[in-house]
Amino acid sequence: MSKANRTLKKIKHQGGRIVPHLILITYMVIALFPILLILINSFKNRASIFNSPFSLPNAETFSLVGFETVFGRADFERYFLNSSIVTLASLLFTLLIGAAAAYALTEYKFKGSTFLSIYMAIGIMIPIRLGTVGILQLMVRFGLVNQLLSLILVYVAMNLPMTIFILSNFFQQVPVELKSAARLDGASEYQIFGLVIPLVRPALGAIGIFTMIPIWNDLWFPLILAPGTKTATITLGVQQFLGQFVSDWNAVLASLTMAMVPILILYLFFSKQMVRSITAGAIK
Amino acid sequence: MVTKQRKKFPFYIVVFLAPAVIIYTIIMIYPLLASLGLSFFSRTSDNQYVFAGFSNYVTLFTDSFYMPRILGALKNNVIFSLIHLVIQNAIALLLAALVASKGRLRNFYRTVIFMPTVLSFVIIGFVWNLILNPLWGVSESILQAVNLGYLFKPWLGLPDTALITVSLISVWQFMGIPMILLYASLIGIPEELMEAANVDGANGWQSFWKIKFPLLLPTVGVVMILTFVGNFNAFDLIYTMKGANAGPEFATDILGTLFYRTFFGQQLQLGNINMGATVAAVMFLIILTGVLFYVFFWQRRVQNYEM
Repeated sequence: MSKANRTLKKIKHQGGRIVPHLILITYMVIALFPILLILINSFKNRASIFNSPFSLPNAETFSLVGFETVFGRADFERYFLNSSIVTLASLLFTLLIGAAAAYALTEYKFKGSTFLSIYMAIGIMIPIRLGTVGILQLMVRFGLVNQLLSLILVYVAMNLPMTIFILSNFFQQVPVELKSAARLDGASEYQIFGLVIPLVRPALGAIGIFTMIPIWNDLWFPLILAPGTKTATITLGVQQFLGQFVSDWNAVLASLTMAMVPILILYLFFSKQMVRSITAGAIK
Repeated sequence: MVTKQRKKFPFYIVVFLAPAVIIYTIIMIYPLLASLGLSFFSRTSDNQYVFAGFSNYVTLFTDSFYMPRILGALKNNVIFSLIHLVIQNAIALLLAALVASKGRLRNFYRTVIFMPTVLSFVIIGFVWNLILNPLWGVSESILQAVNLGYLFKPWLGLPDTALITVSLISVWQFMGIPMILLYASLIGIPEELMEAANVDGANGWQSFWKIKFPLLLPTVGVVMILTFVGNFNAFDLIYTMKGANAGPEFATDILGTLFYRTFFGQQLQLGNINMGATVAAVMFLIILTGVLFYVFFWQRRVQNYEM
């Protein structure tokens, strides 16, 4: 092969490596730019938000006036607490109840177990929102409107089908010998369940992360079941606050930043596990 | 596996299953059926429910008030969904293929591309409302920077462009999900398969479409049905950006916003439980059709193909 030919090939080869990076970087900019724009402008004064929206805040333009308004006017601490309670409680009950059901459905074959598996799987594809009229009537009857419990119940019911489906796959992989040995030792079925649970911990973690985000971000059910100021979640609280302060740009940008940052930090913290769990599921 | 304690009634099975079955049945299945049931009733002036057969459905599709709304929402929802199915999946496939082939920076790209997906609709909606707001002028100055300033319009405010704009924002937000699912199944394809193809002289482009893509079809199916269900159930983004009236002139009205307005009422329109339930039932039928098509047609086809 001549030298010129080799160089040409090299250039071609490098082009083949650069173009994908260029495409990915372009898309990355598209994905990140709107978020960054809000973040940097939330730390600037009003004049600079409008005059130089693309520049970083400096000593002259730096301002926290937006954050001051938000802390003065909105009950963000309460909204944050409400969202945390709802999300954590829903998560805990979904995992506990879902794991027990998934274990029973894979471990014991009884009359109707196949039917029950299919019955529980309906909710994977049919969105619970379509039953909103019925859910609201039910919550009114139980006196649960404007109570966080109504949200927790809905989110548990909503996430059970997928949780049971995924966990069933994992329980099937638990070696039979382990359970038979425990039974020979006289362990009760509950003790065996307790023995098996740690073995599916990665799956529990993955389900936890994936159910958490939609619950935290949901607007529909807080809006319908718990719209009161005392029970407003962060998503609903931000939505209502932003609606009132549309013209106060500092406040709007600051509240958006405050709503974004915690979830982004959480995401960066867990993103590796998240992807790993999806990839593991796909390979299996 | 069958337990040996057959003679005793296996009470523990009930303990394991009861909480899940009870909560799921009461909070999900019963309200769903009750809502479907309510669509066959109407409320008389003295607050009594009377059986009305299909009359609510007839009203929905023929009444001079409801008909334009339901037809408009259906049309908009189809457009909304098609934009996702075509644009989102095409870009997601491209990104997934590129991310999967890049060794060192793979994690970094993946993490950033997924970022908008973890944010709530409310945040995304307001962020884009601000960015597209002519008052702030950010989008205009970006377009001007590349000499395309004349293209700028208040896209969200014009009936012709509002729906497409909102759809593209939703595409932007959810790009991470199809990307990561496709990526996961791409990196699950055994290396030997690709090496064999390279030995046979196939180039990257050919081997992608001939070997990898067919293996991706089950995932493509999952992505499509998820997109479909999500789109015909969408509400939050449009409610945040355009309000329950899905303006301008109902240009961004989809089934979710119509359902909300019909059920709860909005401004001049009084809330109507039975008509709300009827809209929900229409959504249910559409989603059910899609799911059944996926389960009985796509999954089977793809399975045959794999064999």
